[in-house]
Amino acid sequence: MTPALPLDDAGPYVAGAYLVFLALILLYVAIMATKLARIERELVELSELAERRREAPAEEQEEPEAVPR
Amino acid sequence: MFGRGLRSLSIASLVLVTSAFALVFFYAPNEADQGFVQKIFYLHVPLAIVALSGFVAGGVYAVRYLQTGDRAHDLRSYVAIHLSLIFGIGVLATGSIWAKASWGAWWVWDEPTLVSFLIVFLLFACYQPLRFSIDDPERQARYAAVFAIIGGAFVPLNFLAVRLAESLIHPRVLSTTGGAMPGEMRLTFLISFVAMVCLFVTLWKYELASKHASMRLRALKRSLAGDEAAGPLARTAAPTQI
Repeated sequence: MTPALPLDDAGPYVAGAYLVFLALILLYVAIMATKLARIERELVELSELAERRREAPAEEQEEPEAVPR
Repeated sequence: MFGRGLRSLSIASLVLVTSAFALVFFYAPNEADQGFVQKIFYLHVPLAIVALSGFVAGGVYAVRYLQTGDRAHDLRSYVAIHLSLIFGIGVLATGSIWAKASWGAWWVWDEPTLVSFLIVFLLFACYQPLRFSIDDPERQARYAAVFAIIGGAFVPLNFLAVRLAESLIHPRVLSTTGGAMPGEMRLTFLISFVAMVCLFVTLWKYELASKHASMRLRALKRSLAGDEAAGPLARTAAPTQI
């Protein structure tokens, strides 16, 4: 039996289907990667904030307690 | 929490997808009737099964959310449906390419299998706009869960209806009477299917881990720098807290 499409004609369709799938997955991973980069950026900001707080003098952080008379 | 086992899953997905593609092109024989173009089968059919199963999984997690009130299940349901929609785009695209090669048309409107999948896809395409339209996170999760359960229940019913309907040109390969794939084709199909399941689970866990990290980060920012630094929570379709 002769196939409906010879190899030369079927090749681009098969390649197209597999490339569409690959492109879809790559696009998804790329979008997730940008989100991950944003999370990392925010994490760096938060670490810097935590670091600044740690370096700040202890007396500025603590409120003086009211002494009952 | 959600990222556990992600590394081994990623490696397994890579190995399985590569093996599946290698089997498709170097091991599985060309089909006698369609020839080389039938190779799309090993991509299109596993994608379709996994996408439909993902919609059902979204419904199952929605049931668990309504049972327990645990927002983690809402997140799992959301991500499963989101990924199934992406896989669904893959199914429609690869199916159209295969249809053009085999039948000479990108789409055949009187074919129940094609139209039923499109209906399921369009139904779940409404899931995200529905979530986006609801501001209150609690109501958003509850209404979305009801939608996901109804949609998830519709998938097997739809599948059954299509099976009972008379097919015009779309083949029924995986049936109790039909099919009869040779051993090489069956093995290639099974590996492709397992690869697609593994890929889906990997991406599902990947997105869950990313969303969870984002939520935790926001909570940390609020506790460290206050509500003003964290800024107002933008309206989103995705769950914002668990």
